[in-house]
Amino acid sequence: MSAPQDQTPLLKLIGITKQFPGCLANDHVDLTVGQHQIHALLGENGAGKSTLVKMIYGVMKPDAGEILWQGERVTIANPAFARRLGIGMVFQHFSLFEALTVVENIALGLNNKADRIGLADRIVEISTRYGLPLDPAASVHDLSVGERQRIEIVRCLLQNPKLLIMDEPTSVLTPQEAKKLFATLRRLATEGCSILYISHKLEEIRALCEAATIMRLGKVVAHCTPAAHSARELAELMISAKLKPNDFAPRPISDRPPRLILDRLTIRSNNQFGTDLTDISLDLAHGEIFGIAGIAGNGQSELMEALSGEIPSGKPEAIILDGIKIGHEGPNERRRLGGSFLPEERNGHGAIGGMSLSENGFLSGHVRGSLHRLGLIDRKRSFDFAQSIIHRFDVRTTGPAAEARALSGGNLQKFLVGREVLQAPGLLVINQPTWGVDAGSAAAIYQAIVQLAEAGTSIILISQDLDEIFLLCDRLAVIAGGRLSAPMRVADASIERIGLLMGGTAEAREVAHAVPV
Amino acid sequence: MIFLIVSFLVSMISASTPLLIAASGELIAEKSGVLNLGVEGMMLMGAIAAFATAHATGSTSLGMLAAIGAGMMMALLFAFLTLTLLANQIASGLALTIFGRGFSALLGAGYVGIAAPTLSKLNIPILSHLPVIGPILFHHDVLVYGSFVMIGAIWWFLNRTHAGLILRAVGDSHDAAHATGYPVLRIRYAATAFGGAMAGLAGAYLSLSYSPLWAQDMTAGRGWIALALVTFSAWRPLWLLFGAYLFGGIMFLSLYLQGMGVPIPAPFISALPYLATVIVLVLISRDRRRIRLNQPACLGKSFHAAA
Repeated sequence: MSAPQDQTPLLKLIGITKQFPGCLANDHVDLTVGQHQIHALLGENGAGKSTLVKMIYGVMKPDAGEILWQGERVTIANPAFARRLGIGMVFQHFSLFEALTVVENIALGLNNKADRIGLADRIVEISTRYGLPLDPAASVHDLSVGERQRIEIVRCLLQNPKLLIMDEPTSVLTPQEAKKLFATLRRLATEGCSILYISHKLEEIRALCEAATIMRLGKVVAHCTPAAHSARELAELMISAKLKPNDFAPRPISDRPPRLILDRLTIRSNNQFGTDLTDISLDLAHGEIFGIAGIAGNGQSELMEALSGEIPSGKPEAIILDGIKIGHEGPNERRRLGGSFLPEERNGHGAIGGMSLSENGFLSGHVRGSLHRLGLIDRKRSFDFAQSIIHRFDVRTTGPAAEARALSGGNLQKFLVGREVLQAPGLLVINQPTWGVDAGSAAAIYQAIVQLAEAGTSIILISQDLDEIFLLCDRLAVIAGGRLSAPMRVADASIERIGLLMGGTAEAREVAHAVPV
Repeated sequence: MIFLIVSFLVSMISASTPLLIAASGELIAEKSGVLNLGVEGMMLMGAIAAFATAHATGSTSLGMLAAIGAGMMMALLFAFLTLTLLANQIASGLALTIFGRGFSALLGAGYVGIAAPTLSKLNIPILSHLPVIGPILFHHDVLVYGSFVMIGAIWWFLNRTHAGLILRAVGDSHDAAHATGYPVLRIRYAATAFGGAMAGLAGAYLSLSYSPLWAQDMTAGRGWIALALVTFSAWRPLWLLFGAYLFGGIMFLSLYLQGMGVPIPAPFISALPYLATVIVLVLISRDRRRIRLNQPACLGKSFHAAA
């Protein structure tokens, strides 16, 4: 490569603007990615990062602004054109075919017949060169999330990209897997491939990236060198308000008999590609917040469904709530006994998108809120119940008659948390409470959870966000492959140990795969 | 005794052929993620189209072409309802069967009890004169040979070609296929149309060869058996072949047993092929992991491309 060309930035965006109905997703965004550079695009959920990179990859078209590729003005009409320019993208949610093998999945992404000849050998070659072990003949549904991500990366690398866009790549990885990924990305950068790295994790951006562009509410608020700033400074740029230290006072642990006992709970997943639960045992004290960490897809949804009663256990004594055996009971009976359950999927599982807030309030609150009379819905009381949730939890909406799907993620989540909290449950099981929720709502949700625990409610918090677990929980355990580790006190836990537990089974299988390669 | 065995095997082949043809078409449709329960209706339309055309023109080849056309038209109607208008596939498939039964009876009202040309047997030179083996293997009509070629071709298509890989991908995750840039709906239209063509051809076999007459509801539930075979074979072409012949074999075996005066209640004998096929195929496809890998995960789900 000649010297003057190295001076030209690889990619330059000038004044990119994208309008969605009711929201200006990108407002005159400028961005410059240099040659060989690992460039961070930093911002909260909803800051407009994903919209911006979708326009770079040709999935959407900008309303205004220019894209310069190696100094020349280009119009990127579709992903195929982006790939021809040399832009590769690894999405946050992978587009993989579970029933097909690794080599079949990659072949589907290659449009030229010539590229598919000897593909398995080239996959092995690339994956060993960049330290991304992959067995081309393995079926995707047998692979861990980390391995699946490698498929997407190898698929991009096969086309010799000049720019690799990675959308929140570490959100599904163990700390150890993330470390390996960083080594691969650094190596790619030294070999001439620039990387646009999207994340809201500040420490990893400080460790990995040479330059950063920070976005907030659709606008660029800063260009900076991440290593020159502390994580707190970056966070303040990202969310504008000064962060107040979010330390909750330690709560005394009650010496009453445990509220909830799980005794070797074993359940078969009812999802085609789900994870079966094996021998889950746990004691939960009054007023305790117990965190369950783990990488997505290791049995979290199944545990949620087993606890809520959506998949009843064959053995009544596998789940004991306040001394009553409820393993065989369904959700309504468990709610009657004081259980509250909030699954990960807000729209469609936690709430019904097409129903009003007042109806959604009735759905889980009718038993303890006595929102029905003589078998009929008490519309007045349901309305008042929803109204009180909206007031107490500052839900931004037009009122109890609003459809649930019209609310933003954060507002709907506040409503749903409020719905369960106002029923003063004895047990609350909550999965990914702040996933895709803005920082303000997340803080409100944390506050509600802690207050509930102070009032004596026992809480199981299932989360993939370790910071959240360390912030809120008294004890935690790690779920991996449908098995729960021994519980540990948060004060005694280290990130390294948790990371190993999270990846335990995946690591072991990788070694097994590496042998034939 | 040898005569009995030969005639048994020949009857088995002719009983199994329509199942195999119809099921191989449905296999392709289902592998693309489309569950078309209208096989019975499409077969009946194929049967009457073939019979009427052969009767009018004297040509069984034109009859078979008409059957393919009729089956395809039915399948495209189904595809329009479910793929374009996003109607429920189960309900639309049932409606298609009911429609096909009624409409074929209406069209066939004037054809009951009359004769039409029959598919001629293709005698393979020399081989068909071999004793025993000759009549069993080398004295059949074109659809019998065709059904074997077809199932082999389908196996090869699904497992060895890029187009087959794309078809399986669309059935496994239409969202991922769409994101990768494949035209999900066009592929499903094509697969559904192929399923209809095969169902029509299976109907033609019934009305031009198996019992060369038109009778109302002459498929007698074979469309449903074909559907069941696809599921119970766990979407694997070679097991489908095995299942179709198992069913045909037991059906005739039980008839022969009845003819020889073995004291088994008649209703049990009529139920036996259904029972035996289901039990055997359930037993051989018990492996949960294999089913997970072969079952199209998007089977029966509507695809609506998000912007």
